[in-house]
Amino acid sequence: MSVQSTEVSRPLPLPPRSRERDFATLFRRYGLQSATSLMAIALWIVLMVGASQTWLHFDIYSALMSTVPLTGIVALTLTLVVVAREIDLSFGSVMAVGTWVFMSVHQPELGLVAGLAAGLGAGLLNGIIVVRFGVPSLVATIGTWFFWGGIVVYGTGGNGGGTDFASGFVTHLLTGRIGGYVPAEFPWMLGIAIVLWFVLNRSRFGAHVYLVGDNDQSARMMGVRTDRVRMTAFALVGVAAAFAGIASTLEANYFWPTVGSGAMLPTVATVFLGGTSIFGGRGTVFGTVVAAFVIGAIEPGIVSLNLTGLLTQVIYGAVIIGALVLQAFVLRRSER
Amino acid sequence: MTNLLELNGISKTFRGVLALEDVDLVVGENEIVGLLGDNGAGKSTLIKIVTGFHAPDSGTITWKGRRLSHLDVQHARELGIETVYQERALADQQSLWRNVFMGRERTGRFGLLDVKAMRSETETLMREFLRFTSKSVTPESPVATMSGGERQGVAIARALHFEAELIILDEPTMGLSVTETKKTLDFVRQIKTAGKSCIFIDHNIFNVHQVVDRVVLIDRGRVAGEFNPRDMTIVELVEHLQHVAETGSFDEAGAGAR
Repeated sequence: MSVQSTEVSRPLPLPPRSRERDFATLFRRYGLQSATSLMAIALWIVLMVGASQTWLHFDIYSALMSTVPLTGIVALTLTLVVVAREIDLSFGSVMAVGTWVFMSVHQPELGLVAGLAAGLGAGLLNGIIVVRFGVPSLVATIGTWFFWGGIVVYGTGGNGGGTDFASGFVTHLLTGRIGGYVPAEFPWMLGIAIVLWFVLNRSRFGAHVYLVGDNDQSARMMGVRTDRVRMTAFALVGVAAAFAGIASTLEANYFWPTVGSGAMLPTVATVFLGGTSIFGGRGTVFGTVVAAFVIGAIEPGIVSLNLTGLLTQVIYGAVIIGALVLQAFVLRRSER
Repeated sequence: MTNLLELNGISKTFRGVLALEDVDLVVGENEIVGLLGDNGAGKSTLIKIVTGFHAPDSGTITWKGRRLSHLDVQHARELGIETVYQERALADQQSLWRNVFMGRERTGRFGLLDVKAMRSETETLMREFLRFTSKSVTPESPVATMSGGERQGVAIARALHFEAELIILDEPTMGLSVTETKKTLDFVRQIKTAGKSCIFIDHNIFNVHQVVDRVVLIDRGRVAGEFNPRDMTIVELVEHLQHVAETGSFDEAGAGAR
């Protein structure tokens, strides 16, 4: 009797999982991330073999941990915007705006809050222009990029300033050295990456980011508040940009009104190198983190291999094009 | 027994152009109603009134015996009226479970998504409703890998899973192959099996004839006639439709109608 009753309560058997199907599913889900990771590891091996005196010592990693997060943190939030099938090119100037506000307040804690709030405001303005007025984000954010850049140049008269006033808690919080070696920027980036992973994969907002980027119309018809989703994504980039601007200024101990002006290309390249689709609906936090380190290692890599710095741009371009071609190949294979 | 939905004397004008004139439409409990009509006959306008997208200029809407004073999109969804548009129903690159729970994601502790529950509910739907036979389809499969008929099935399964009372299918077989069309029609029959109602819009009278309980013919903004497909062969139906196209009226076609 008891044997029978357990027989009855057993759930319906699922069809057996074939190995083939598991491989296809895994390839589809992780193919792109694996390709990006393999590329990063290959680059790393080349550097360790070619310039072992540099890449087998901790110093270079300590240096990377202070520079990579500055593009990485913005690239992480930009990933959400691109997954939602939008783009933000204004973050370079928003970095400057946030930092300028931080400097102007002259009280580090308040300044940090005010600077981040300024970034939030700039991000929301992008969102409003795109969502409420229907201006394509590519042109809208080129417009705000110029606008905010100009505001900072005008407001500062082109003059920078030292950050000694902030040389206490805030400087330690953003750019201190943990145990004397690990720059605080690095745990900040890891923490933000983990939070954004949860946001993107385990929150309704994250689910909606993917849906908006994939099929905005059906998402709207199924009750997703698509405008609010886009707006939030733009706002996050604004805050992250202000944060990165302030951190890089504290790291340098000096505020240049042009802070962030060189950030655009490496940051955008990081997002696409990380496997986020320019057509929306596809992208991962993991890919962006790995790509941030690849992009960040290119320049020191060239120097350490004793190649001329004049080659930097060539190798930059070649790595990005090569990676994107590889991605297109993986994608086409996985869709079969 | 009260009807699920009753529209009485519905008229709608767009910038002086009469789109619908004194239209009556009834959908019974557990009934599949086919809406047939030429392009521009007023089918879409009628559907948009049912889904709350347009408000009629005059006429009344009654849901389960209760007259609705006002119907908007949100309200219609809450009542259980769900539309499945062919091209706009699914997010292609996203997994099956993300599509099933689109806009209605289940959350657990701390407001985090309950991915496990959504995957297993999707698995149940796949087994019991969609009856996917291919082993390569899992709740994680992107819907882009599925055929046209299967995608219609996903959209219909989604509506049924969230207890839609009335599912509106707008040209669900457009552009589908013969086999995929057959799959789609089977899913429409399952709406009937599940005890729900459906308004089925299609150009193809052969499809409509196969699955519906009643056909409502719309022509130039008016109801030109209604009939039971079982009372009429396809050949007779085609003749009637031609007559309607010429005269705008169904009844005078004579033979066999009603």
